[in-house]
Amino acid sequence: MSDLARYRLVLAVLALATLILFLLSLTVGPAAIGFGDSLSALFSEKRDAIALIMREIRLPRALLGLMIGATLGLSGAVLQGWLRNPLAEPGLLGVSASASLGAVIAIYSGLSAAFALGLPLAALAGAVLAVLVVQAMAGLRGGALTIILSGVAVSAFAGAMTSLALNLSPNPFAALEIMFWMLGSLTDRSMTHVWLAAPFMLAGWAMLASLGRSLDALTLGNDAAVSMGVDVRRVQFLAVFGTAASVGAATAVAGAIGFVGLVVPHVLRPLVGARPSRLLPASALGGASMLLAADILVRIIAPGRDLKLGVLTAIVGAPFFLWLVYRTRRQLP
Amino acid sequence: MAGSRHPSCALCAGTAIAALVTACVPALAAEAPKRVVSMNLCTDEMAMLIAGPGQLYSVSYLASDPGSSVLADQAGAYLVNHGLAEEIFLMQPDLVIAGTYTTRTTVALLRRLGFRVEEFAPENSFDDVRANLKRMGDILGRQQRAGELVAELDAGLAGLEANKPPDKTVALYYANSYTSGSGTLADAIVKAAGLTNIGDTLGLTGTAKLSLELLLLANPDIIVNGDSHYPKPALAQENFVHPAYQALSGEKVAIPGKYTICGAPFMLEAARILQDAARKPEGAAP
Repeated sequence: MSDLARYRLVLAVLALATLILFLLSLTVGPAAIGFGDSLSALFSEKRDAIALIMREIRLPRALLGLMIGATLGLSGAVLQGWLRNPLAEPGLLGVSASASLGAVIAIYSGLSAAFALGLPLAALAGAVLAVLVVQAMAGLRGGALTIILSGVAVSAFAGAMTSLALNLSPNPFAALEIMFWMLGSLTDRSMTHVWLAAPFMLAGWAMLASLGRSLDALTLGNDAAVSMGVDVRRVQFLAVFGTAASVGAATAVAGAIGFVGLVVPHVLRPLVGARPSRLLPASALGGASMLLAADILVRIIAPGRDLKLGVLTAIVGAPFFLWLVYRTRRQLP
Repeated sequence: MAGSRHPSCALCAGTAIAALVTACVPALAAEAPKRVVSMNLCTDEMAMLIAGPGQLYSVSYLASDPGSSVLADQAGAYLVNHGLAEEIFLMQPDLVIAGTYTTRTTVALLRRLGFRVEEFAPENSFDDVRANLKRMGDILGRQQRAGELVAELDAGLAGLEANKPPDKTVALYYANSYTSGSGTLADAIVKAAGLTNIGDTLGLTGTAKLSLELLLLANPDIIVNGDSHYPKPALAQENFVHPAYQALSGEKVAIPGKYTICGAPFMLEAARILQDAARKPEGAAP
């Protein structure tokens, strides 16, 4: 099988898996509605309880699972390609945690209630700040260690500030919501959240997806890429703002979900070859599959307990991360 | 003699804590305490209702929060505490009243320091409320006042029974999608109002999650959503702005949380609000 044929096959399989998981996500929930009934209720004219459940509860949940998973997979692949660092990922770089902080400030101060776009914009601002700080600390060609260390520091700081903001809120429920912002959840999100996040995510995807060829060139090294006509500043701008817009919007509506952006590109890289331009679409589909699967499992494992998504992604992701660190350590001189 | 109590307790504490509990408490119970500190909202309210003039010295800071406490106006007459061992030690009370679920470490520390601490379990039924009112009366030496409150409660319950509205289904739907199933105070209030609690029909016990999906399927006649009196928003209340929740046809009734947080005669007020809502004709403007 030729390289290209294999790549297309991988994409087709991932797309099929994503579609199946999307449909499954629509049919899993506490209200026991049959598979056929639930899907037909989605398109029926009636406005009974089942139609309401399908359209206003399960559809936004499945859509957000799809979009957020794709966001995390895509941004993970771009960050790993751009920083040429196997450990880069929105969660580890502190992007998710900082976006959480922005969202928390917007929601609990009442800003998002007064001005709906305040929520995704504040999350975006937090995310941009995190990437810029990490990058400034590590330099454009920063080693794995400096990037991860600054990411850890930014994450810890943003996490602490999030906890502080929630603890200081005069609303006693706020402090209990620290868990949501650290681990993420899609429970009872509504179409309002979809409409709020979708434009930012789509804009972010467009920026990130346009980077494929430049990232291919960057695999040959910075100087080689420049000599091939790659505008390094433009790549940086698109990677930073594309990640910030899409991950910021994702985090603003679902909290910080870790490890998806780390695991998915690594699993798929051997399958599509080392070219980043091929990894980007595959990672987006893979991320969507992983998040949809996690969100389905959350509802099956502990129905009625609102298990957080980050718990499941970390159970898969943390051992993988350890293995990755182990491998990276062996490669160091 | 009030002055002789502390030295004797200190002596007991010097030997063993177990000895303190068994030896000192019965001796103290014989005489009504004169400087009582309560450190739990529910015991605050009960003590304010029952204590004699000058007997109650301090109540918790929650007692003066008008969103949580029915007796917020009266609470200003007492010193405020935050359930911290240090501040309570400085108040030198001869009796500390606490809830069994709150500030466990503080209670243990106060006992070590030789204070008499009486703990009250949260009430889950009207029987629990009667028992706790009577016990508070015994502890404060105000049996007669406690008896009056129990009689008031029973008369109120009889009034609710006599005044039953048509049987309707009620869903209790709180922040974070929690509800009260069977064996809870809120369930007892719904039943006392002569109505059917959806949480109970769905087989939920205690305080449990009621998913929005199941609430939509149950489609209750009345939805009790508590009230939010907090100055800033939280995600916990987002379930009330969810489009699917907004589309529910049942009548939404806000029962101020202060009437249902604690087992007290105020619960009758919550049941009356429910009965009024149930008497409204179907489809009437909210």
